[in-house]
Amino acid sequence: MSALAPASAIVPGPVVGVVDYGAGNIVSIEEALTFVGARVRLVTEPGGFDDLDAVVVPGVGAAAPAMRRLVRARLVDPLLHWIAAGRPYLGICLGLQLLFDGSDEDGAATLGVIPGRTVRLEDAPTLPHIGWNQVHQGRAHALFEGLAQDEDFYFVHSFAGQPTASAAATSLAETCHGATFVAAIELRNVLGVQFHPERSGAAGLRLLRNFSRWAERDDTAGTERTPLVARAPGRH
Amino acid sequence: MLCVRVIPCLDVANGRVVKGTRFIDLVDEGDPPTLAARYAVEGADELVFLDIGAAPEGRGLLLDIVERTARRAFIPLTVGGGIRSVADMRAALRAGADKVSLNSAAVADPGLISRCARRFGSQAVVVALDARRAPSRPDEPPRWEVLVRGGRDAVGLDAVSWAVRAAELGAGELLITSIDRDGTQTGYDTELLRAIADLVTVPVIASGGAARPADFVAAVLDGGAHAVLAASIFHRRQHSIAEVKLAMGAAGIPVRMIRGAVA
Repeated sequence: MSALAPASAIVPGPVVGVVDYGAGNIVSIEEALTFVGARVRLVTEPGGFDDLDAVVVPGVGAAAPAMRRLVRARLVDPLLHWIAAGRPYLGICLGLQLLFDGSDEDGAATLGVIPGRTVRLEDAPTLPHIGWNQVHQGRAHALFEGLAQDEDFYFVHSFAGQPTASAAATSLAETCHGATFVAAIELRNVLGVQFHPERSGAAGLRLLRNFSRWAERDDTAGTERTPLVARAPGRH
Repeated sequence: MLCVRVIPCLDVANGRVVKGTRFIDLVDEGDPPTLAARYAVEGADELVFLDIGAAPEGRGLLLDIVERTARRAFIPLTVGGGIRSVADMRAALRAGADKVSLNSAAVADPGLISRCARRFGSQAVVVALDARRAPSRPDEPPRWEVLVRGGRDAVGLDAVSWAVRAAELGAGELLITSIDRDGTQTGYDTELLRAIADLVTVPVIASGGAARPADFVAAVLDGGAHAVLAASIFHRRQHSIAEVKLAMGAAGIPVRMIRGAVA
């Protein structure tokens, strides 16, 4: 990690809200974002979105308990408003899967931001898919700036989001484990990665630094944009 | 293609990394967070942190050291020792662990595996199994029995059957330690690994006996392991992680090479 020294504290970085709804691994994400110069704030209630530059939604495990926790913490509507306003969002693992309509893992209805479902990995030689695998970028994006094509990132999951044919263009990168699946998605300011950048060593830190800088350049703060999705928030 | 992982193991007692032969005669090897940071830079794909004092002493995990280690790693951390309930697992994850390892507690209460997997997903549940060869006649295939409490006590459980059952109950990975080989530097028990790897679809992590880079290659090619774990050869710098990975790569095994990692 010598290539990535801790970011200087002299220039304050963007304020990144990490949505903490009891779905695990907050410590590693908090540490990694801090390392790349972001000012991390944990978001545990609806009011926690004020004055943020970007939102990161982590998560491991199944969709249904995660959605229940988000509902209980009254975080679903603020998240949908954040996304609809076109503000920077990064979903990690389950935080990516929750963007789709629903999950085959337990039948849960999820946020419905991107048309598609979370499905079990097909033809996988081992399940869960655990370990470092190559991420093939389908197109250039600031998120992968400075990272090699087919860079290794750390995965730990059995399910992955699958956009519908009409939303196929949201796929930003793919990975193969038996069959090819979507490893990163992009829909305007909504980004998601199936792997864990906070656990992917120097490459992962670089990706989080890219996200942090990309979010900082975002000029939509405070402007209410046309919602990405036709559905009204609050159906949960 | 999914890389085969090389995993240094931190056996922690009284807050220090230790290593002994067959879980006894412990020697101090260093500070867990410092070693974790060193291994991450040197190309470790993951770390395992085992609080080996927790189960025998009947206490919980040393969560503060887990958290300090997790904050230094930036690579995945599996934590084991003293996890006996879903609440214990939750505390370990909150402290920064990505996965937990269940051993004696899962043998005593197999339902614990299912409860943990339901709550946090199979991918976060590793079942660790300490196995010892059981006497068998020369014309019989080898058998192994499960030992608990840090490799001390036999409980009359067949190791291969238990591994299969643990996977059925929801374990997302199996960490297989040969107690016969542990600390002896005579190579992994590839027959034990193969017997289990052929019967499960979850990844199998080889442990116990690694000395030379060729041992890691054998664990994968002969034993069918998806990840290889070792402790003292890395702690004592007998071989670097990069050296091990070069040997694995030369044998055609997919590994993650880090630019600039120290060989």
